Amino acid sequence: MENEKYLKDIQDIKQMMSQSSRFISLSGLSGILAGIYSLIGAWLAYKTIYFDTSTMGSYRTLIISYEAVVKLFIIAASVIVLSIVTGLVLSLKKAKKANESLWNPTSKRLLINFLIPLLTGGFFIIFLIEKEILSLVAPLMLIFYGMACLNASKYTLGDVRYLGITLIILGLLSTWFLGYGLLFWALGFGVCHVVYGALMYFKYDRN
Amino acid sequence: MKNIIQNINKAFDHRIRLGIMSVLMVNESADFNMLKELLGVTDGNLASHTKALETENYIMIEKQFIGKKPNTRYIATTEGKKAFKEHIEALEKLLSKN
Repeated sequence: MENEKYLKDIQDIKQMMSQSSRFISLSGLSGILAGIYSLIGAWLAYKTIYFDTSTMGSYRTLIISYEAVVKLFIIAASVIVLSIVTGLVLSLKKAKKANESLWNPTSKRLLINFLIPLLTGGFFIIFLIEKEILSLVAPLMLIFYGMACLNASKYTLGDVRYLGITLIILGLLSTWFLGYGLLFWALGFGVCHVVYGALMYFKYDRN
Repeated sequence: MKNIIQNINKAFDHRIRLGIMSVLMVNESADFNMLKELLGVTDGNLASHTKALETENYIMIEKQFIGKKPNTRYIATTEGKKAFKEHIEALEKLLSKN
């Protein structure tokens, strides 16, 4: 009898500690979907770049038309917007189920700590694009996104930490294979999101 | 056995007080509304339990204004953190004994 009460106490303590410091309503399914959007986006980008009739050059030196650049920009923007909307909607659903609000101190902390490395990287990459140092854009995006995940992982499900580390490694690797930026992008933003999203989905979401 | 029971702290022998301390162990501070939402309790209930913990010197209460709104923050004291750790250890020992 007494024992059961103590066990319940310990469980309550653990639950309260993690609930108050980590945002656990992050949806695994939204990770899977974001990965799929990225893969579709990468496929469209690949078709735009390498089958565009006005495209010339090889993997190392790429010359693309203005229309192709606009098309790539539209693809990238739609992938990002779709991913964010999906993530918000699914996390909101999961939070509602758990009787938690989506906008609370833990989700605020998660967002702030995710955005600091991400925006740092974003501005850095914009400056690089302005200076036309394009070759490092793909590796740096992976690295900074990985660091954002790593930093955010302290405030949400621990698995995000390994997603971050994987992305950083991929980013560093792609620095050696500069011509294959798109491939590493597809691997990092597509395959990694699907794998870790599925892992989190089966671990936390299913019941 | 007797020693372990001594470490079971009566001040934490309640679900809400246990919850308040758990939150304050892993967060620098928590305000009234955050605690209320996390623990799912009424204002009066929460106030009486925080008061009890304050009397034991386990938590500090800080009142301030954010704009025009009064805001009450709770922070665990070093003494409170130590006592709570001992309480958890005592619970764990009791469980592993039986």
